[in-house]
Amino acid sequence: MTPLLWLIALSVFLGGGGLALFLWASRNGQYDDMDGAAQRILFDDDRK
Amino acid sequence: MSGAALADAPAGATRAATSTCAHCGGAAAAGQRFCCAGCGAAFETIQQLGLGTYYRDVVRDTLARRLQPNTEPRTDLARHVRTAQDGSHELTLAVDGLQCGACVWLIESVLARDPRVAGARVNMTTRRLKLSWHGTVDDAASLVGRIEQLGYRLVPFDPACLSAAQDRTGRELLRALAVAGFAAANVMLPAMAIWVGLFSDMGPATRALMHWVSAAIAMPAIIYAVRPFWRSGWGALRQGRTNMDVPISVGVTLVTGMSLVQTINHAEHAYFDGAVSLLFFLLIGRVLDHYARAHARAAAEQLIALQQTDVAMLEPDGTVARRDAAAVPAGARILVAPGERIGVDGEVVQGETTLDTALVTGESLPVSATAGTRVFAGTLNLGAPITVRATAAGGATLLAECVRLMDAAEAKRGRFVMFADRVARHYAPVVHLAALLTFLFWWGVQGMGVADALLIAASVLIITCPCALALAVPAVQVIGTGRLFRRGVLVKSPTALERLAEADIVVFDKTGTLTDPALKLVSTHDPDALKLAATLAATSRHPLSRALAAAAGPVVPAEGVAEVVGAGLACGDIRLGSAAFVGVEATATTPALYLARPGAPVARFDFAEALRPEAAETIAALRGLGLEVQLLSGDREAAVAHAAARAGILTWRAGCSPVDKVAAIEALRASGKRVLMVGDGLNDGPCLAAAHVSISPSTAAEISQNAADVVFQGASLAPVADAIRTARRMKRLCQENIALSLAYNLLMVPVAVAGYVTPWLAALAMSTSSLLVIGNSFRLRRQAR
Repeated sequence: MTPLLWLIALSVFLGGGGLALFLWASRNGQYDDMDGAAQRILFDDDRK
Repeated sequence: MSGAALADAPAGATRAATSTCAHCGGAAAAGQRFCCAGCGAAFETIQQLGLGTYYRDVVRDTLARRLQPNTEPRTDLARHVRTAQDGSHELTLAVDGLQCGACVWLIESVLARDPRVAGARVNMTTRRLKLSWHGTVDDAASLVGRIEQLGYRLVPFDPACLSAAQDRTGRELLRALAVAGFAAANVMLPAMAIWVGLFSDMGPATRALMHWVSAAIAMPAIIYAVRPFWRSGWGALRQGRTNMDVPISVGVTLVTGMSLVQTINHAEHAYFDGAVSLLFFLLIGRVLDHYARAHARAAAEQLIALQQTDVAMLEPDGTVARRDAAAVPAGARILVAPGERIGVDGEVVQGETTLDTALVTGESLPVSATAGTRVFAGTLNLGAPITVRATAAGGATLLAECVRLMDAAEAKRGRFVMFADRVARHYAPVVHLAALLTFLFWWGVQGMGVADALLIAASVLIITCPCALALAVPAVQVIGTGRLFRRGVLVKSPTALERLAEADIVVFDKTGTLTDPALKLVSTHDPDALKLAATLAATSRHPLSRALAAAAGPVVPAEGVAEVVGAGLACGDIRLGSAAFVGVEATATTPALYLARPGAPVARFDFAEALRPEAAETIAALRGLGLEVQLLSGDREAAVAHAAARAGILTWRAGCSPVDKVAAIEALRASGKRVLMVGDGLNDGPCLAAAHVSISPSTAAEISQNAADVVFQGASLAPVADAIRTARRMKRLCQENIALSLAYNLLMVPVAVAGYVTPWLAALAMSTSSLLVIGNSFRLRRQAR
């Protein structure tokens, strides 16, 4: 039983981490420009 | 707008001998690398900055404005600059002319090379540039100038509008979706264990533990994520109505509460997984629906922002300052150059000119104006420079009257009830009654315990909870709205497409809607004269010059052309302009230009309004779809009759005032018709509000674009028929979807009433029906693109 409890706690903790990351990213405006994000990768930034 | 007019196909013969401009990709005169000097300069600048790979990467967008630099007056930037505490400045601008990702790269790279710039980021989805820099507020003009010189047009956004536009609902929905998604995924872990445990030998203690874990994950998530549904459902109930959110809220809350009781009692079944995944599915539909429409609305806002021009205000000390039209006080004097739109309502105090009032009154022929003439915002100055005294927005202006008529029309229109809500109206009571009867049967007749009987009743609610039903409409809406968006049709209202599918009569406005907003060269004459005139006209921004240059095709602009304001153009012995300017008697009744050259008679070029491309085909297509077509115009009878005949419209009325138009629309409505109004003028605003559903071209007056449910871009009229076709197809798919999910529910309800539905069966049934509905909706995408 004890390992089971540990594993459940661990999985919920990991999932919660993912949720927190998503909420941070969305608050940070990372989902504001989906079209741009897809296209930017095609162009080299020449300021190296 | 000018770009579109210039890009129109020129008359046949001149077309063959052209080349392509190396900068903007438009047509250039034969053998020329560029279509104009501005493009040449932009090309040079880009090469000098070492950004020449732009031309290799760019993919031209035919719907976007061409990348041709022009010298429109700079807007009042300083007013919109926000200064941060550390002394840096920030400005947000709408960008016109973005072709693809390469343009984003180009703009950001050019700005990054300027040492003053702290940050420059173009958002491709909303087509906005966020610029921040160190230095003075006035640096904005030079920074913006560098980008405008490349051919983009930048219009500042009002910071006040920007903060208001921040999408609070969207963020709340997205957060609710994230939380529900997290819970739905994690609750599956104990849920799966319980389902498997049913068929093996899971002990009651382990099962209870799993239930408690499920409750711990699901309860907070449900409380958080159900709020949008509760709010909408409660709002409807308070007004004595019901909508789809009522059964959803009741179902989810009841099921969650029951599951908690079951868990406390160490019972066999709990439905936490079902409740959470139900919310997750529903929120996906909500979020997609919301973002698709927010996207369309932002694009519509962008169109209006780009139309805004500032005005040249005469300061008391005699200097001229460019101001935002909204910032002009009553009584201020405004200078209006030829070819410029008047930005304010007012009265001409100085100068004599001709005005194009098509966007305001629908009159297609220019009217003359002298001191004392009342003018309205949106009127185009065709002749000489004038001075206008701005009047306060009083109750007597045309604009005020139109706003009043619009409010009255909107109040009379009544509330449209969405198809899904009309279904819900009948569905919700039936479902709740069925659950209640189930409970009464098991508890009262069969003598079951209250908790067990309630659980069976709750399982009826879960099975019938309109997951698929609630997805049936949004799924189709999202795909349909996105499809139209890619074709330049912006759907602004959530119910617009449903109403569009119901329309059975189309009423068109003439000027600017059925016809092209720009005048077209109509009279035939010798091509040499046209070519010669075009070399002069290419240097001028006057509307008639532009129309002439567009008709002649690309030419090399003549050098040393002098523009005599309000009269014409002169280049040595050659003169192009008004009759008086070239020294002949005026012989035309319509707008005309005269060309005088040595050794040849004076040539006359007549201009008139022309139908939009594909106008007649669209009218025929609308008839083919079973719609009646009418024309209501404020213009003179002869012009309306002519346009109606060419477009193939049999029923028309001329000389309508805004009041007449609204009365006509209301008469049609009273006779049981569902009217689709297509219009663009200030005088069409009330009609657009009064009609069952309305469409505006993106060239329309701001007030009309705001009133319209749908806005289409581009010169062609074809999107009107296309929108109706898509709307009808969407309606059919929605009905199919709802029938599918109702049939599914009908199949499952007896199983639930009999008490055979276990959590795993509920989960399976729900996902299958949702997938079925979504799959059916995607058939809309497969239809010929």
